[in-house]
Amino acid sequence: MSLVSKLPILSRRRLLAGAAGLAGGLIAVRDVSAQAVQPGAHQQVLDKAVGGKKAQPGKVRIRMPEIAENGNTVPMTVAVESPMTAADHVKAVHIVTDNNPRPEVASFYFTPGNGKAEVSTRIRLSQTMNVLAYAEMSDGSVWSARAEAKVTIGGCGG
Amino acid sequence: MTGRFWMLGAASAVSAAAIIAACTTGPTPMIPLPADGSAGSFKSDPVTQFERAGKKSGFLFATPETQTMQKDDFDNPAFLLVDQGEAMWVKAEGENGKSCGSCHGAVANLRGVGNTYPKVSKDTGKLFTLEHQINYCRTERMKAPALPYTSANMFALETLVMYQSRGLPMNVSNEGAARPFFEEGDKLYHTRRGQLNVACIHCHENNSGNYIRADLLSEGRSNGFPLYRLKWAGVGSFDRRMEECYGQVRAEPEPFGSEELAKLQLYVNWRANGLLVETPAVRR
Amino acid sequence: MSTARIRLPASIKKGDIVEVKTLVTHTMESGQRRDAQNNVIPRKILNKFACTYNGKEVFKADLAAAISANPYLAFFITATESGTLDFVWTDDDGSTIKESAKITVA
Repeated sequence: MSLVSKLPILSRRRLLAGAAGLAGGLIAVRDVSAQAVQPGAHQQVLDKAVGGKKAQPGKVRIRMPEIAENGNTVPMTVAVESPMTAADHVKAVHIVTDNNPRPEVASFYFTPGNGKAEVSTRIRLSQTMNVLAYAEMSDGSVWSARAEAKVTIGGCGG
Repeated sequence: MTGRFWMLGAASAVSAAAIIAACTTGPTPMIPLPADGSAGSFKSDPVTQFERAGKKSGFLFATPETQTMQKDDFDNPAFLLVDQGEAMWVKAEGENGKSCGSCHGAVANLRGVGNTYPKVSKDTGKLFTLEHQINYCRTERMKAPALPYTSANMFALETLVMYQSRGLPMNVSNEGAARPFFEEGDKLYHTRRGQLNVACIHCHENNSGNYIRADLLSEGRSNGFPLYRLKWAGVGSFDRRMEECYGQVRAEPEPFGSEELAKLQLYVNWRANGLLVETPAVRR
Repeated sequence: MSTARIRLPASIKKGDIVEVKTLVTHTMESGQRRDAQNNVIPRKILNKFACTYNGKEVFKADLAAAISANPYLAFFITATESGTLDFVWTDDDGSTIKESAKITVA
């Protein structure tokens, strides 16, 4: 994974969930401008991950709350239908988001020894956005799924 | 905790048969530290009863996903800090070369203790939160440095001790020596503050169950502290949460460990009496 | 100080597909936050995870800054034989966190 490149200096930045780690006292809220998110960056990351192959929707399911209680910690499960045999299994699942400062979330590499192509984790979402997953199969096919989570500005401590 | 304790010596030397009745405050024999060098926590199941005595725990105001994180002791990330607290429990610190376990034995001996705090210290006459008591033990008994009230180490020990009382009802006294402090805490709870000029009651009594923007307001029952807050992606104490409450109404927060927050905590914990201790709870 | 926790089901029979849950302490500093002086707090995350089952790699992951602090990862393995599961998390700075768990397969 490449290290975070220097971000352009933003005029205003609204820090949603996750910003309260700043040194004590009042909660700092600075606006984020849409320039922070490179539109289409997430699609480039996915295309590169699967070597430019075309994905078709299906076989992959993303389970996530529709409304995230807090964007800092959003539980997410990705499952792919597959017998997970040596002849027919999921090789990798690549996950990105379309409205985070950086699109990459994770890539998971499976083997037939997993028995089931399912993984659960907790992710960060800076605002309402889509999570997209591409699953690469052992036969070379690529399948995709998309799920949206709403991230709100809480009134009670953000 | 008053009373004198016999030193147990090296934790590894304690055998199951050697029960030392060292506690002079009661006839119950003290559980010794386990021979394997662990802290000897009380094993409890996650709480399942969230409405008691006409009061609702903050658990009921959280989303199902957040509740799921609390219902399982593995999924609950706060247990990483409980592990840290257990390591601290058996670590000797300070000039007297004692660990917490040297005097207290297994940390399970403290079940039924945390849920009575804050209380007036018999030794000093001051109002002690559990954190004040921990530091008092460290500085006076262990001759070890006090832990900063903002530190993860303090949260770790405090979480460990409160976790021993999980499943017991909150049982804070507002009588006797505590009464004057309680009345001041009561006043603080009802005092408007900050640029938004609201008091605790305006959200937590007048509007519990309503939404403030997208957050559902709870009744402000403090039966789960220290707790894992998704926003912090970490564990924090009552004082840490108050920093955000004060900040949310644009008031200058009180320093962690301050007298004002101790009085407020006395009142707020008393408001939670009857609800079961859920420490370490998981909230947004 | 980092601690890791692993959970496996209590009783496992040969052929069972069991869920392995892992949790590790780490701030996963995203590189997006700024300190009180408005300087960017540099990124420092766990960027790799790998699990081997009796020495054979069974699952691995590349992690990015969008993974929450105290990373939780749960996945599945088919229980074939008793032995050891080894877990390694790799930090941006090259250091690693290692943890092992015994797996007993009836």
